[in-house]
Amino acid sequence: MTRTMRRKALSGLVVVLCGAAVALALVPLFFVFFYVVQQGFSSLSWDFFSKMPKPVGETGGGMANAILGTLVLIGIASALAIPVGLISGIYLSEYPRTGLASAVRFTADILNGIPSIVIGIFAYALVVLPVKHFSALAGGVALGFMMIPIITRTTEELLNLVPPTLREGALALGATRSRAAFSVMLPAALPGIMTGILVSLARIAGETAPLLFTSFSNRYWSTDLSQPIASLTVQIYTYAISPYEDWHRQAWAGALVLVAVVFVFSVLARVVTRRLERMHHA
Amino acid sequence: MTQPASLPIRIEARALSFYYGSSQALHGVSLTIREKAVTAFIGPSGCGKSTFLRCLNRMNDIIPDTRVEGEVLLDGNDIYHSGVDIVDLRRRVGMVFQKSNPFPKSTFDNVAYGLRINASIRKAELADQVEMALRRAALWEEVKDRLEESALGLSGGQQQRLCIARALAVEPEVLLMDEPCSALDPIATAKIEELIFDLKSRYTIVIVTHNMQQAARVSDETGFFMLGKLVEFGKTGTIFEKPTMKTTEDYITGRFG
Repeated sequence: MTRTMRRKALSGLVVVLCGAAVALALVPLFFVFFYVVQQGFSSLSWDFFSKMPKPVGETGGGMANAILGTLVLIGIASALAIPVGLISGIYLSEYPRTGLASAVRFTADILNGIPSIVIGIFAYALVVLPVKHFSALAGGVALGFMMIPIITRTTEELLNLVPPTLREGALALGATRSRAAFSVMLPAALPGIMTGILVSLARIAGETAPLLFTSFSNRYWSTDLSQPIASLTVQIYTYAISPYEDWHRQAWAGALVLVAVVFVFSVLARVVTRRLERMHHA
Repeated sequence: MTQPASLPIRIEARALSFYYGSSQALHGVSLTIREKAVTAFIGPSGCGKSTFLRCLNRMNDIIPDTRVEGEVLLDGNDIYHSGVDIVDLRRRVGMVFQKSNPFPKSTFDNVAYGLRINASIRKAELADQVEMALRRAALWEEVKDRLEESALGLSGGQQQRLCIARALAVEPEVLLMDEPCSALDPIATAKIEELIFDLKSRYTIVIVTHNMQQAARVSDETGFFMLGKLVEFGKTGTIFEKPTMKTTEDYITGRFG
């Protein structure tokens, strides 16, 4: 075999291996997705979105309260995590070398790696124990704590990509440091930060563990933040381990809706990024 | 050409030294900048001319681990005095950077930025002031029909004139220009030089340039920096025709740098 042939053969082999690795990574995704669609789609009906769960033993009903609950929980989590994450990220990028910045960065990375059930225990101790009952607020706080490190680090990284000459330009016009950060640096990094926020939303939308002993679940329609609230994930969990055929069916439908919600967030992340980028780079 | 020596002094640097960490970038620079004149700084890369310019509006303050010694007097008051309001100083001493840095906003919002942050201003008045700043920067005719479009869609030369308009909008007394033409083609450069000439009647201008012909064309007084020291400072004509220092002569005749 000549040298060239050997090199071509090796190159071909590597390409094949790369393809195989990609296929291997996609296979589980593909199966999960198709199985969920196959099982869930047949059980999906208008009732599922509009009706409340039926009492044990009766068939039919839906998960309207759980869909609402998931949205409420995401809302509370965002209200907590977006401001905290954004402002922390701005601080890290504006004063990267202070002791506090290193501490915040380190803490955020640790927090990001903490198992979600531990975050749930923390929220339980922080919000549930003092009032002695589960609440939507506790669930939202748990999810919010999971979002904070993601948003903080994304914001920091994206702000670091903005040319520092923009900051100098603003300062030279008499802007204060914070004014420059909020009115020039942040808008310039916004497309990427929006993506980061939506990705973190997609991630927490599918969490079950931190909700089990925070927001718990609720068989009824509830918008009271101080009361337990249903969520798609906990509802799926409860239904899936139940002995009832009809509940299994509904759990599949719930899983499908959940996958769809995550999918919508991901698509939204891409669309928003493109939009904002086009606006910035006319 | 005006007679620089007859104009009042606006800025005076006294024994100004500057340090990045432990390395000294400026060694006791003393000079005076006259009102409504153009003062140019020339010298090889890394000679400290930009560092000196950035000391005049305390732009180096944001670089961590730096230190200033000496004084910079603006109208007789030391700008490094502890009671000085940096925001107010930077409004009075505007700056245009080497690489144009328009904000990712519309042309209008770019020029309006400094006006909006410095005072609450009525909408109609804002529009008037934006127009005036753009006219002074000789950009109005080119952008008046697309003020709401992104400033990033302008050409390189237009972006730099936009940055000048943005600086002029807040009515500074002094305008610092850090190699404002280094990224521009000759036609855009000529426009900016023409603009500098027009602006001289209203503003005190300090310009750092790599281009010696540019210094000779636009300035009244010139300072030659080398290795962090001010080698020679005087009327532009004298510096270019009869420099007293051998190093200056070597540099301007192109023997090095």
